[in-house]
Amino acid sequence: MDRHIRVPLTDETASSLRAGDYVYLTGTIYTARDAAHKRMNETIEEKGELPLDMTNNVIYYMGPSPAREGKVIGSAGPTTASRMDKYAPVLLDMGLKGMIGKGKRSQAVKDAIVRNGAVYFAAVGGAGALLSRAIVASEVIAYDDLGTEAIRKLEIKDFPVIVVMDSVGNDLYETAVREYCREDGMLV
Amino acid sequence: MRSLSVSRVVEAVKEMCIEANHFLSEDMTKAMQKAAEAEEAPLGKQILNQLQENARIAGEDMIPICQDTGMAVVFAEVGQEVHFEDGILEDAIHEGVRQGYQEGFLRKSVVKDPIYRQNTKDNTPAVIHYSIVPGDKVKITVAPKGFGSENMSKIFMLKPADGIEGVKNAVVTAVKEAGPNACPPLVVGVGIGGTFEKCALMAKEALTRPVNRHSDIPYVCELEREILDRINTSGIGPGGLGGTITALAVNINTYPTHIAGLPVAVNMCCHVNRHAVRIL
Repeated sequence: MDRHIRVPLTDETASSLRAGDYVYLTGTIYTARDAAHKRMNETIEEKGELPLDMTNNVIYYMGPSPAREGKVIGSAGPTTASRMDKYAPVLLDMGLKGMIGKGKRSQAVKDAIVRNGAVYFAAVGGAGALLSRAIVASEVIAYDDLGTEAIRKLEIKDFPVIVVMDSVGNDLYETAVREYCREDGMLV
Repeated sequence: MRSLSVSRVVEAVKEMCIEANHFLSEDMTKAMQKAAEAEEAPLGKQILNQLQENARIAGEDMIPICQDTGMAVVFAEVGQEVHFEDGILEDAIHEGVRQGYQEGFLRKSVVKDPIYRQNTKDNTPAVIHYSIVPGDKVKITVAPKGFGSENMSKIFMLKPADGIEGVKNAVVTAVKEAGPNACPPLVVGVGIGGTFEKCALMAKEALTRPVNRHSDIPYVCELEREILDRINTSGIGPGGLGGTITALAVNINTYPTHIAGLPVAVNMCCHVNRHAVRIL
């Protein structure tokens, strides 16, 4: 089902999304990838204050290429989400409502998605030029020293994603592949 | 001897870094087109169409095809009749990468130390593979490699008794484990034989061969076709979201090996299989 929704998410919207939904996101999201997650995790362990409030927010696992003059951002596609699996459950328990990335997640992340009524979206990997057109503003709000890995606040308009993992425990990577698998023993 | 100024190497490497990150080679463009026509899953087809649209935007707006503009892998085939002037060849290659990534607005993704991880801020150093060849020319291939797929690559030290079935299973296993992470549709580079490092290097080199050209060795050509067909029955599909096109090609290179071994390396590449070649 195609849906147009606002971000940050509400509890109702997040829990109504289902694996396989094709969704266009409009509103505000934040980027963070490996180095930013590591630093946020250290802050949490030291009982410090995070640079953004997780409540109802969506984190995009992405580090852009530099913007040319006159452009908002460079190429801006998703990175592999599993590298953030170690850090994601804690952030979900702090109120994070959505993640955008690509690729499989750990069972611990899936459990935290269900526990918190959250959602994991996939953006198309390797479509960074196309996706950049749905980003209308970009501003570094923390960890500027990390370069491409800094935390950016993005304003997005009709940003296309697919719901892969939903709040009732569905995983599109498993179900969709099963549908097209043609050979016994090939099932992932 | 033929003299060649290293400034020409700097210029060529710089231009190839920019070119490879914005324009797919013709064989890749055609393979993507064919894949979009053949894909049976509606979502898979939609993704393949988006990826073609993405490639078009990249060229028109000069925005990299993928934000991961890679670590620069450079193959330098140096004719033994060539004498380099005005500097050191290796410095020239790194300088070309530095200039290409700066001037081309490409992402700087290289960290100085694998543990302490400080970004070098100019995407150097490159990973350079030299070979000395007959003649008085220098052939340079620049192949920026993204790490979504690189991370899903694997090496298998098989036993001779595992034979050709063992090789097939190794490649298929690697693809299944990669699943959606390596950004399918994939190009799968395979090295069979040699030693531990030789087969890994062959797998990388295999990725620079056009995807529409099979191995010259009849049984290897047959193996490439058979493994590709098996991979495409996996159901992984474009983006890993289900479908009949999981890989565009399997390219295999082979080399003699030891009586006791059968090394197999699988170097995964996403659909952004980038490489540019120049002969100086």
